[in-house]
Amino acid sequence: MDLIWLVLALPLLGSLINGLLGRHLPKRLIGWVACGSVGLAFLISLRILFDLLALSPNQRVPPQTLFDWISVSGLSTQISLLVDPLSTLMILVVTGVGFLIHVYSVGYMSHDSDYSRYFSWLNLFTFSMLVLVLADNFLLLFVGWELVGLCSYLLIGFWFTRPSAAAAAKKAFIVNRIGDFGFLIGLFLLFATFGTLDYLKIFEAAAVPHALPELTATVITLLLFAGAVGKSAQIPLYVWLPDAMEGPTPVSALIHAATMVTAGVYMVARSHDLYMLAPFSMNIVAAVGAVTALMAASIALVNNDIKRVLAYSTVSQLGYMFLAAGVGAFSAGMFHLTSHAFMKALLFLAAGSVMHALGGEETDMRKMGGLRKVIPWTWGVFLIGALAMSGIFPLVGFFSKDLILEEAFSNDYVALWLIGLFTALLTAFYMLRAYFLTFHGKPRYDEKAVHPHESPAVMLWPLRGLAALTIIGGILWISWMGFTPLNEFLSPVFAGVAEGGREHTAALSEGALIAISLLVALAGIGIAWLVYIRGFQPGEALRKTFRPFYTLLEGKYYVDELYYSVIVQPGRLLSQFLATVFDLRLLDGLVNGVGALIDRAGGALRRVESGYIRNYAAWVLLGTLGILIYWLMR
Amino acid sequence: MTSLDLTALLPAIIVTGTALFVLLLDLFIRSEQRQWLLWMSLMGIVAAGVANGLIPVQGAPLLQGMMRFDEISKAFNFLFLLGCGLALMLSADYLVRQGIARGEYYALVLLSTLGAMLMASSADLLMIFLGLETLSIPLYILATFLRHQTNSQEAGLKYFLLGAFSSALFLYGIALVYGATGTTQLDTLFTILSESIEGEPLLLYAGVGLLLVGLAFKAAAVPFHTWAPDVYEGSPTSATAFMAVVAKAAAFAALLRVFAFAFLALSSSWMFLMGILAVLTMVLGNVVAVVQLNLKRLLAYSSIAHAGYLLIAVASTQNAMLLGPATSSLLFYLLIYTFTTLGAFGVVILAESKGENLSLTDLSGLATRHPWVAAAMAIFMISLAGLPPTAGFFAKFYVFSTAIQAGELGLALLGVLTSVISVYYYLRVVYYIYMRPTAVERPVYLSPLTVLGIALAAIGVLALGIYPPLALSWIPQTLFVLP
Repeated sequence: MDLIWLVLALPLLGSLINGLLGRHLPKRLIGWVACGSVGLAFLISLRILFDLLALSPNQRVPPQTLFDWISVSGLSTQISLLVDPLSTLMILVVTGVGFLIHVYSVGYMSHDSDYSRYFSWLNLFTFSMLVLVLADNFLLLFVGWELVGLCSYLLIGFWFTRPSAAAAAKKAFIVNRIGDFGFLIGLFLLFATFGTLDYLKIFEAAAVPHALPELTATVITLLLFAGAVGKSAQIPLYVWLPDAMEGPTPVSALIHAATMVTAGVYMVARSHDLYMLAPFSMNIVAAVGAVTALMAASIALVNNDIKRVLAYSTVSQLGYMFLAAGVGAFSAGMFHLTSHAFMKALLFLAAGSVMHALGGEETDMRKMGGLRKVIPWTWGVFLIGALAMSGIFPLVGFFSKDLILEEAFSNDYVALWLIGLFTALLTAFYMLRAYFLTFHGKPRYDEKAVHPHESPAVMLWPLRGLAALTIIGGILWISWMGFTPLNEFLSPVFAGVAEGGREHTAALSEGALIAISLLVALAGIGIAWLVYIRGFQPGEALRKTFRPFYTLLEGKYYVDELYYSVIVQPGRLLSQFLATVFDLRLLDGLVNGVGALIDRAGGALRRVESGYIRNYAAWVLLGTLGILIYWLMR
Repeated sequence: MTSLDLTALLPAIIVTGTALFVLLLDLFIRSEQRQWLLWMSLMGIVAAGVANGLIPVQGAPLLQGMMRFDEISKAFNFLFLLGCGLALMLSADYLVRQGIARGEYYALVLLSTLGAMLMASSADLLMIFLGLETLSIPLYILATFLRHQTNSQEAGLKYFLLGAFSSALFLYGIALVYGATGTTQLDTLFTILSESIEGEPLLLYAGVGLLLVGLAFKAAAVPFHTWAPDVYEGSPTSATAFMAVVAKAAAFAALLRVFAFAFLALSSSWMFLMGILAVLTMVLGNVVAVVQLNLKRLLAYSSIAHAGYLLIAVASTQNAMLLGPATSSLLFYLLIYTFTTLGAFGVVILAESKGENLSLTDLSGLATRHPWVAAAMAIFMISLAGLPPTAGFFAKFYVFSTAIQAGELGLALLGVLTSVISVYYYLRVVYYIYMRPTAVERPVYLSPLTVLGIALAAIGVLALGIYPPLALSWIPQTLFVLP
């Protein structure tokens, strides 16, 4: 466990090596450095996991390793790392899934001329996320939080010569900043209330009954949630994530699976002690999660861009995680985070493999089709991912999604449960729609120009690994005589959370709930099959009724347009006004005035330097006289 | 004199011995073997550093109360040896290029370092004076080392005349203090002053004031700074780097010994003066630096400005409680200042051809031709400006936070404000390096030892910026054992 600093240091070192020396290194070595650093970090994380397991459960909670940054008399700034089951789970996901994505990138980016820059940033991204999850206080978490934002900006805009990539990077960064604004105010408020930003001190102080007024807790948690909404792409700040597709596909996989978007969920889970004190905030979190899940899933129904479908799917699945957190099922949320990391990394990398097969740039599913026979491995893993995402037994998605729905139902959030259930139907439909459009039917790509080919082994092996994880991941939550591995592991962290829904006193039994969600998933798959394989065409009447609805979905509810006309446009006008009138005339005048003043003062004072020794000596004498006069006068 | 006393003097003895040996060896070797002298000197410095690290500190004064070898002496000795070693590394090929590669250069630098070490280990005002002269006289010679150039001769002469002037004032100050108290021993002064002030206090105050003038002159604090720009510009750059770092640090070591220790009881009165000096120095140094286009003059004013920040640290040592933090912030600042200033002068040395006096435009386009050198210079400039993640940020932060602890909010605020001004002229250097196209394909002399010195400095600046405890653990926290 003393090795924890290596988990941070290795990716940083990899980033530095590739960033500073990359131009002079052979590509092979760059790949080894990048993958090796993250891979080693993963092995160390595993070691830490076993160290933790060797401890008895209640010993696993306090921070294990400390690292004093500055400590001198009169000043002390401590940066400590927190190793507990929650952060261990996160570093395992970040380094494990991250490692596979790094390996995949070696193949995917092999033709890119900026190979070293790419890997340097990818490592930095991993490092930032590790800082975020290993922090033992909100301040360091915020450092990681901002670093992650910066890295996402750099990587989304990796091909910065494309205007769309540059715009998407900017959008991601700015939208995130909006959430961060709330988050930062939340931090200030936390500091004002508790006088510290240390997790343990804050949670300890908050645990004292009536120590924290409910109103304060509500305001703080809502402000923190604003940050999570930005980072984890929830309503109303989800708009950056679909555009973030402009980056290289492995970057999307990293953003969606291992780093970045999971940060918000992690943060909420980490501060569950505060959220539990604010029932109102919990309800908001659950409601935002559920509505986001539904809305994003509905947009995914009609989108034709394979990466965007996956992006909206991520937004939707993150909604599930917040739904889980909001109903108090934090471990269920963390489980879905893990399981989603497997599935979404798999799907994105498989989508990347499809694009690779078609020459690298094609993301429009209307120009795919019939790829099943041509790229069989990609086909197989994509199918596994799609079925898992739909929630088909015994894949990991079934367990985690079902768990969340079950928790929502048994905690008496029946409306949210219904929304979640309906979203599950949509999910199964759009996942299988994407699958059928891509792999079945007749080829719609230009068969003369494009000759699809399977990806190289270095890209296929990570896919196989992720597929295996997707298949067996469910064992994390299979109960063996009342023992659920992940739940047991996380339970010391979430010890304070009242276990509400364990008894299933509700109207429906566990079995019935499972049956319902399975049926719903199958129904979604069935509809997709009917429409895209059997070619079922809805009648004219039906079409007419749903036409406006379809347009609305195709326009993504016109949220981007709304933001543009309500926020961006007026903002631009205001800035133009401020820039021309306020800044140029008033502020610049002031600043330039001060600058000119200093410049002139410098010019005048320079005359002291006449070059004559007698003048210099006179200055010394003058100074001496000044000092002596001071002593005389006092 | 006991053998114990001699052991404690070992670092100084090694430096002296090396200097004499180098001087002697120079007579017997051929001119192309001169590089040996440099290696000899560096080895001597390392040996002195090792001795300094191994010898235990001693509470009691040595040599009939003339010297002391405590935590402070030790820390300052390290600082001087580091500065001396790096400055010698920078001078490696520069001297050859300027046609002034002579053996005495190394001996003079070593002897000057010896003077600095004596100053920092003094327990008596007379000893400080002795150290001051041992430090200064080699510097006068070093300033004229480019003896075929008029501005080097001029620099040497100016430095010598004004230095003699200030030494006289300092000596007169000692005499007055002795007249008022009957002693020149720092320990005794401390005891006498903390009990009661007898006799004519005006005599004492005048003496204290003159001592301040003498040391402020060496530290190049305004208004006793007038010599600095001319001398820094005229001297060989490697000698400038040495005097900007070691001579200044020595002056602050003496300020600490005299004011923060012997005259601590009078702190309520000298503190104000120190504050005024700090304000004048920070404002004038930074404001005039803004209009400098000559690189060495720019760095000269920058080093004046930094004396102002260092004076803040001295002004924060108002009572025994604050002594520890203020001293360690001073030491930390000096360490970072040593790294950054030597590094920056090192880059100037790399770019300087024979008989040249570089201006800012001569650095244009450096980034495209020599990205690593450019990056190092950018790091030094950012550190001098006090921006994170370089160590300069933390050094300033530490000094200002100590000042606030001492209740010197005004000084801290002014320090921050003038740092903002300094960002302008430091980043202008970066601007020339990175944004301006190459005007003339100027040569850059990448001699290995100089590059190594710059690299060490850059690594130090970055490493200490990211993880300050590397040095903070080395700087003693409780420094004085008050009698």
